Amino acid sequence: MSYYDPKDLRKFGRITEWSETLGEKFFDYYNSVFKEGALTPREKSLIALAVAHTEMCPYCIDAYTKDGLERGITKEEMMEAVHVGAAIKSGASLVHGVMMMNKVNKLDS
Amino acid sequence: MGQFKSLQSLHKRQSPLAQTEHQLKILEDGIFTSGEAPRFGDRIQQTLGGALKTTQLDILQVNLGYMCNQVCAHCHVDAGPDRKEIMTKQTMQHCLEVIESSSVKTLDLTGGAPEMNPNFRWFVTQAKAKGVKEIIVRSNLTIIVANKKYHDLPEFFARHQVHVVSSMPHWTKEKTDRQRGSGVFEDSIKALKMLNDVGYGNPESNLVLDLVYNPSGAFLPGDQDDLCQDFKRRLDEGFGIKFNGLFALTNLPISRFLDYLIASDNYEDYMWTLVESYNPAAARAVMCLNTLSVSWEGYLYDCDFNQMLEMPINHKSQHISDYEPEVMDGRLIKVSQHCYGCTAGAGSSCQGAVT
Ligand code: SF4
Ligand code: SF4
Repeated sequence: MSYYDPKDLRKFGRITEWSETLGEKFFDYYNSVFKEGALTPREKSLIALAVAHTEMCPYCIDAYTKDGLERGITKEEMMEAVHVGAAIKSGASLVHGVMMMNKVNKLDS
Repeated sequence: MGQFKSLQSLHKRQSPLAQTEHQLKILEDGIFTSGEAPRFGDRIQQTLGGALKTTQLDILQVNLGYMCNQVCAHCHVDAGPDRKEIMTKQTMQHCLEVIESSSVKTLDLTGGAPEMNPNFRWFVTQAKAKGVKEIIVRSNLTIIVANKKYHDLPEFFARHQVHVVSSMPHWTKEKTDRQRGSGVFEDSIKALKMLNDVGYGNPESNLVLDLVYNPSGAFLPGDQDDLCQDFKRRLDEGFGIKFNGLFALTNLPISRFLDYLIASDNYEDYMWTLVESYNPAAARAVMCLNTLSVSWEGYLYDCDFNQMLEMPINHKSQHISDYEPEVMDGRLIKVSQHCYGCTAGAGSSCQGAVT
């Protein structure tokens, strides 16, 4: 059995039960973040989907795939968003290659 | 909707789900019997402080028959070319008598493809003559281009100022065809252009063309206004098509959509989604409060969904020929777990979101 159970996502709201104030602050914040602002909820949904993948959070992937479908976001748009996340993630690994190069250059004259 | 596809009605396939008792049993079981989720009847009782009851008759929704030129995957009517059930002229006559003698403001014609009923045009003309304020036709669009004899439907609609409400699940061919059958997208676009050509969708004309969006799978519709803007932009940019408004409808877990939910292993999750999205404000505005649904045989139902589940109204008059005003006077509405589809999120009715 996996550590992750899809049914647990439904229990997320119960987080408030063991710490009401902090839990509610979190959900207030969370809900405010996704409201229409300088970015549209549609754009925010795609960002959330990309981050869900870089964080590799199965709950968030389920939630924001469904959210995207509800908003009429196409699978091509979703996949492009995932690639943006993946590109940043791989870029973030690769850019550390400069550290390796610096170190080699310093140590190995 | 993935690999799930079938080009025949449940009736034709002799699926056990063609039996409404079987559907109702599935709806009553599972998370509702185990006590994990509250039953709709209890939930709405809590919201309203009493049972769900009718208020008055504003909309008479008449199902002219289950015959249809399409076999959409989600169809809650289980309609298709193999369904031969069609309303007779005599039953239409009874409907006209009710229109004349009651407070009905809107006659809402549905099916199947209502235009396929041979007496469709006669009925519209007569209802207009009786002075009903608004006539809605739920047109699947493709019927307009399906056969030469239907090509002049846009002119007919325009002449009688019929409010056209048409299904358009998505502005992409792929999603539309997957849900409604291959070639449907292109035919729908052709039909929409024909409607635009006679003045439908032009804000300066008084001819109203609304689109109906319903999700292509096991998820809820998003915000109706956002979807409307999206559709307006895409259909205009891509095809030069104009329309007035968009109704975002939730798929109710009955008939072919229930079949899809079960076959794709989405049923329980979908029911949870509906239960968890229960919106008390939507519950106070469900369409059965002021709508009466008439079947092709003339029997009366709280709504089109209860008609498909064969749950007759809770009144001694069961047929349009016996209609009396008391039918709409605080009649107890019959509910089951499918009703959660009407109260999820922004709510869902034949006129779209209710909140
Ligand atoms: S067009 Fe409408 S009635 Fe016909 S099969 Fe599709 S959903 Fe059902
Ligand atoms: S399914 Fe019918 S009876 Fe149930 S809430 Fe919706 S409109 Fe009313």
